[in-house]
Formats: sequence, C-alpha cells, structure tokens
Amino acid sequence: METNKFTLKIPSRSCNESFARVTVAAFATGLDPTLEEISDIKTSVSEAVTNCSVHAYPNSIGVIYISCEILKDNVLKIKVRDKGCGIADIEQARQPLFTTGGEERAGLGFAVMESMMDSVSVRSKMGKGTTVTMKKKINRKDDAR
Amino acid sequence: MQINSTGEVLTVYLKGEIDHHLARGMREEIDKAIDYYMPSLLILDFGEISFMDSSGIGLVMGRYKNLKKNGAKLSLVNLNENIYKIMKLAGIERLAEIEKGA
Ligand SMILES: Nc1ncnc2c1ncn2[C@@H]1O[C@H](COP(=O)(O)OP(=O)(O)OP(=O)(O)O)[C@@H](O)[C@H]1O
Ligand SMILES: [Mg+2]
Repeated sequence: METNKFTLKIPSRSCNESFARVTVAAFATGLDPTLEEISDIKTSVSEAVTNCSVHAYPNSIGVIYISCEILKDNVLKIKVRDKGCGIADIEQARQPLFTTGGEERAGLGFAVMESMMDSVSVRSKMGKGTTVTMKKKINRKDDAR
Repeated sequence: MQINSTGEVLTVYLKGEIDHHLARGMREEIDKAIDYYMPSLLILDFGEISFMDSSGIGLVMGRYKNLKKNGAKLSLVNLNENIYKIMKLAGIERLAEIEKGA
C-alpha cells in the first residue's frame, strides 16, 4: 500500500491561516474529493489552526505543526499540534458555544470540525500544548457516479 | 467591500474570505457604517465570499448584538451551500433572516 504524507511547520501568525488550509486542500486533491469535501477540509483546518493562533499562543507567536497523511480506504488524516497553553477541560471546550475568546468568537470551532469531519480527537496538557486529530473518508467522485 | 445605504436599509457587500485574520477589518468597517447610517435593517451580502469559517459566525453574531441595541434587524443574503451549512449549524436563522443564493 503506497502512502503519502507531509508535515508543515508555520508560525502562528493569523496570515498563515489561509496558507495552511489551502495547502491541506491541495494535498487532499490527490484523493479526488468533491467540492463540498474540499470546502469541509478547508474549513476544519482553518478552525484548528485559528485556535492555535488565538488560544494556544494568545500573546506571542508560537509554532503550529500540521501533518497530513492518506490512510487506507481513502481516509485523510489531519493533525494540528501546538506547544501552547493547553486546554484545562477538553469536554467543556468542545461544547458548542463555549468560548474563552470573548465577544467576537462564537465558540463553535469544534462543533464545525465535528460536523464536517468523520472524527475529531483532542489531546491536551496544560502548559504543554494541544493536538487535534481529524479524519475524513473521501468518497471518490468517480465511484459515486 | 462595498457599502450602499438607502435611508433605512444599509447593504454591505462582503468580498473575499472570512477567517480570523480578515474578519477584524470587516467588523470595523461594518460597525463604522452602522454607527454612521443608523439603519433599521442591515443586509449582509455574501455573494462574493469564497470562504468562511466560524469567524464568520462571530462576525454575524457580533453585528446582531450591535444592531439590537437600536432595535434594528439583520438579514443575510446570497449564501452559497457551504456558508449556509455553517450558518445553519450555528442557528443563525433565529437571529437573522437568511436567503440562499441562486
Ligand atoms: N489549541 C488550543 N489551545 C488552547 N485552548 C484551545 C485550543 N483550541 C481550543 N481551545 C479552547 O477551546 C475553546 C473552544 O474552541 P472553539 O474553536 O470551539 O471555539 P472558539 O475558538 O472559542 O470560537 P470560534 O472557533 O467559534 O471562533 C476556546 O475558546 C479555547 O478556550
Ligand atoms: Mg475556534
């Protein structure tokens, strides 16, 4: 079984949010996704990466590690990791509308990721960082017809 | 971003992508227009928006709260499928009238 993967390491500047999502989307095109699947992938990556720049590294620029891998059966695995502040209560953080981000954040990032990906898992340690792992099976366009 | 005001109605034509990086500038411009024109209805036109994540929900919710202070209403128009999906997930239809694009 051939596998394909890449790793990306970027500073948590907000201008890199679009670079990250476009890069993952470009990698995913190898799986022949539909436009909707591409959009779901872009949105989910944007959520995870934005959380790193907004929450993990609130007052500084840290490093965001993004790695992608194609698993068997056309499953795309995306991992977004930071070495930031960590999440105290993951269950609470994943609740829709929960936010520590103030007025302009909706608290729906995790809810969006969960609705668009097949699975979302979160591992975190206070003061050490957070890893969000998402998986999505891509239904080849050609097979659908 | 283009802004059009006809008396009571303020229409803002959003352009480009709405993420955390770009939402701030949009927010400031929209709020400036709301303060200036004091509309009773704000229409946000998403026709030229190619990408949106939950920062767009925050943008809409924030403007809703801002408008509510003056009893003004909010309407979202020309949403593509992906944007509509995110707005529905957030339950925005309880705050604003939503009209999908053609
Ligand atoms: N990488 C992270 N590091 C530290 N805390 C995080 C991280 N990701 C999420 N969180 C915490 O989880 C909460 C919920 O995240 P979520 O993305 O669902 O909502 P939000 O970022 O607050 O708002 P939105 O994504 O709608 O703009 C955040 O407010 C923050 O407290
Ligand atoms: Mg978020």
